[in-house]
Amino acid sequence: MTFEYAPAPESRAIVTIKPKYGHFIGGKFVPGGKHFPTINPATEEVLSQIALAGKADVDAAVKAARKAYTNTWSKMSGKERGKYLYRIARIMQERAREFAVLETLDNGKPIRESRDTDIPLAAAHFFYHAGWADKLEYAGLGTSPKPLGVAGQIIPWNFPLLMLAWKVAPALAAGNTVVLKPAESTPLTALLFAEVCQQAELPAGVVNIVTGDGTTGALIVNHPGIDKIAFTGSTEVGKIIARAVAPTNKSVTLELGGKAANIVFDDAPIDETVEGIVNGIFFNQGHVCCAGSRLLLQENIAEEVLHKLKNRMEKICVGDPMDKNTDVGAINSKEQLAKIIELAAVGDSEGAERWSPACNLPSKGFWFAPTIFTGVTQAHRIAREEIFGPVLSVLTFRTPQEAIEKANNTPFGLSAGIWSEKGSRTLWASQQLRAGVIWANTFNKFDPTSPFGGYKESGWGREGGRHGLAAYLKGVGHE
Amino acid sequence: MSFYGLVDGTDASLKSYLGNLSGVDQVGAEARAAMLATRSIKTTSKRWAIDTAITMVDLTTLEGADTPGKVKALCTKAVRPDPTDASVPSVGAVCVYNDMVKVARTHLDLIGGQHVPVAAVSTAFPSGRASMPVKIQDTQDAIDAGAAEIDMVIDRGAFLAGSYIDVFNEIVQIREVCGNKAHLKVIFETGELVTYDNVRKASFLAMAAGADFIKTSTGKVAPAATPPVVLVMLEAVRDFYEMTQVRIGVKPAGGIRNTKDAIKQLVLVNETVGPDWLNPKLFRIGASALLNDLLMQRMKMDDGYYTSPQYVTMD
Repeated sequence: MTFEYAPAPESRAIVTIKPKYGHFIGGKFVPGGKHFPTINPATEEVLSQIALAGKADVDAAVKAARKAYTNTWSKMSGKERGKYLYRIARIMQERAREFAVLETLDNGKPIRESRDTDIPLAAAHFFYHAGWADKLEYAGLGTSPKPLGVAGQIIPWNFPLLMLAWKVAPALAAGNTVVLKPAESTPLTALLFAEVCQQAELPAGVVNIVTGDGTTGALIVNHPGIDKIAFTGSTEVGKIIARAVAPTNKSVTLELGGKAANIVFDDAPIDETVEGIVNGIFFNQGHVCCAGSRLLLQENIAEEVLHKLKNRMEKICVGDPMDKNTDVGAINSKEQLAKIIELAAVGDSEGAERWSPACNLPSKGFWFAPTIFTGVTQAHRIAREEIFGPVLSVLTFRTPQEAIEKANNTPFGLSAGIWSEKGSRTLWASQQLRAGVIWANTFNKFDPTSPFGGYKESGWGREGGRHGLAAYLKGVGHE
Repeated sequence: MSFYGLVDGTDASLKSYLGNLSGVDQVGAEARAAMLATRSIKTTSKRWAIDTAITMVDLTTLEGADTPGKVKALCTKAVRPDPTDASVPSVGAVCVYNDMVKVARTHLDLIGGQHVPVAAVSTAFPSGRASMPVKIQDTQDAIDAGAAEIDMVIDRGAFLAGSYIDVFNEIVQIREVCGNKAHLKVIFETGELVTYDNVRKASFLAMAAGADFIKTSTGKVAPAATPPVVLVMLEAVRDFYEMTQVRIGVKPAGGIRNTKDAIKQLVLVNETVGPDWLNPKLFRIGASALLNDLLMQRMKMDDGYYTSPQYVTMD
C-alpha cells in the first residue's frame, strides 16, 4: 500500500496580472519606456512585461520622494505615520492569499512557504514598526532622533515581499521616504504592494517603486538626491556599492552573502536536528543568504546523522510550487540554475561525493534536486563559496574547538546553527562564533523584533529590532 | 526472553540502554508535526485514506455504563460500519473492558465478524494502580474470554519515580501471559508522562520488553494522541526497526474525533516510518466518534454533499 498525495493545487484565480507594468512614482503608476519580461520559473511562462527604469525615471522617483519627505512625511507626527503603517499591515493580511499566490508564481517558491512564512512575516514587520513610529524617542537612540531623508533600497529575488517589508517598514516608521527597486526577476509583489499603498491612502511619494535591472540599481546608488542606501544581495555587488558610496555622505547598510555553519554536536536531539538541517538548506530552494550550507557533524555521529538525513530527504516533495504539498520549488532563474550546476560540478571534480534522492523533476522550468556533498573539507570550493541553491556541503569535526575554528574559517559571517542538548555548550559555542545570527536547536527562524545582519563580508549594519531602526535615524547607528 | 539483545534484564543494562537515547527537542518536534499537518490530501488520496483509516479503527467503548446490549451494537457496527454500503470495510478491532470480552467475541462470531478481533484493556486500566497478581489475573481473564489483543497500561508512577526496571518487568510478565494467544499493546498515558523525552524513553522501554504495539493513551486523560506525541513514537518505532529489523505497531488513542485528524495521523505515519506501517497490523486508531465522521466524509465523496448525521448509525 502506498499513500500518494493527489495534486492539491492552489488556485491562481485570485490574482490579476496585468500584461504590462510601469513604475510607481508620486503615488501613481506611470508608464515605463523599455520593458523586459518576468517569467514563472516553474513553467517559463511569461507573466508580464516590466518597465526598465532609466535615469529620468529614477530622477522622477527621487524627486517625488524628496517632495514627500520635505512637505509631508518628515513633518507628520509619529502617531500619524504609525496609523498608515498599521493600515498597510492590515491590508497585507487581508490580501495575504493574493500576495502568496503572486509570490509563488513569480519566484518559484512553494505556496506553503509564501503562505506560511513570507507573507505573514512581511505583515509582521509592518505591525512591529508601526508600533515604533511614535516611540522613537524611547528607543535608546537619543532624545530626538531624526530621519535621514530619502532612502534608496535595492532588494533581492529570494524573498521579494519580505525583503521589501524589511526595508520599507523601518524606513517609514523612522520618517524617511523611499525609492525601492525590486529584483529584476521578481517585481510583481512589489508592484502589488504599490497598490496597497494606494489603498492605504499613503501620501503620494512616500513609497516609490521603480523596476529594472542592475543598471537601475546603479542609478539609485549613485543618485546625489539619496541620503541612504540599503541593499540586500550578493557580496560582489555589495562591494561595488560600498566603493560607490564611500566618497559621498550617504549612509549605507548592506546585507550580503553567507556560508553558514550548522554545527551538530554528538548530544544533539537527532530527529529534530535532521529537520533543522533540511530546513536550513532546502528551505526556499536554498536561496537564503543565511542558509545552513555547511553542515559540521561531530565525527562520532556523522554516519547516523547522514543516514537519517538521506532517509528524510527521500520524503521531500519537489515540484509544482503551486501544489500545497510541495516542499522544494523551482530555482528562480536560468542564470541561478547555471551557477548552481557549475558549483556542484566543481564539487564533483574536487572529489566530494554527491548524493540526491530520486526526484521526478518537471521538464519545463528551472529545477535542481536537493543535493548533499559528503567528504567535503575546508579546502573545497563548495565549502567556501556561496552556492545559493539546494546544495549542502558536509564536513566533520572531532572536538568543539575544532568545530568553532572551522565554522569561523570563512570570509562570511551571517548566521550559524548549534545543535546540542547541553545548554552550557550551546552558550559557549555561541560566544565563539563570529556570525550575526546564531540559532540554537533551530534554523532559519525570523522575527521582526530580532536584529539580522552579518560579520565580515556578510554585510554592514542590522535590520530588524531596535538595531535596525537605528540604521534609518540620524546621529546613531552606522553612518 | 532475549529482549532483542538490547537489554539483559538487569537494571544496569536497562539504564544504559535508555541512557543512550538521544533527546527530543520540544519546539522542533512540535514544528515538524505542525508542518506535516499542512499536507493537503484530496480526491483519490483522500478516498484511500478514509478507507484505510476505517480498517485501522479500534472501535471502543470503555464506560462504567457499558451493557451487553451496548457492546453487541458496537460489534455490529464494527463488522459493517455502513449497513447501506457493503464496500465499507470492517474496523480493525473492538475494544472493551475485560468483562465484556466474551459478549463481544460471541456476538461477533454470531454475525459473521470472525475476522474482527476483540481487544481488552487490562492491568487495572486506566490507572494501573493494582498489585501484579491482580494485573496478571486481569489479563489472563481477558485472554480466556477470547481477547486476541491486550491493551495494558504501564505504571506511570513507577516510570516517573525512575523505577524503569519495574515498568519493564511488568510488561515482560504481561507479555508472558499473552504468549502467542494475544497481541500486546502497551499504553503509556502520554498526558501523564508529559515530556517528549519521557515518551521516547517509554517507547524504547516497552519495545525491548516485548510490546507488539505502543499506544499513546487510555482516552481518560487529556492531552492524549497529539500529533507530536505520535510523531515521537513513530520515530522510536522506525529507529527500533533499524536496530532489530522488528516492526512494532503504533496506536494513537484519544482526541482523534474527525477525518481530518485521522488523515493527519496517516500523513505522520507515511512521512516518518513509511508506507509499510500503513495497515491495521501496524497502525491502529483508538476511537469511538471518529468512525461516523469517516463514514460521513466517505458518503460526501460519493454523493458530493454532506449528509445529515441521521444517515449514519449512532452505535
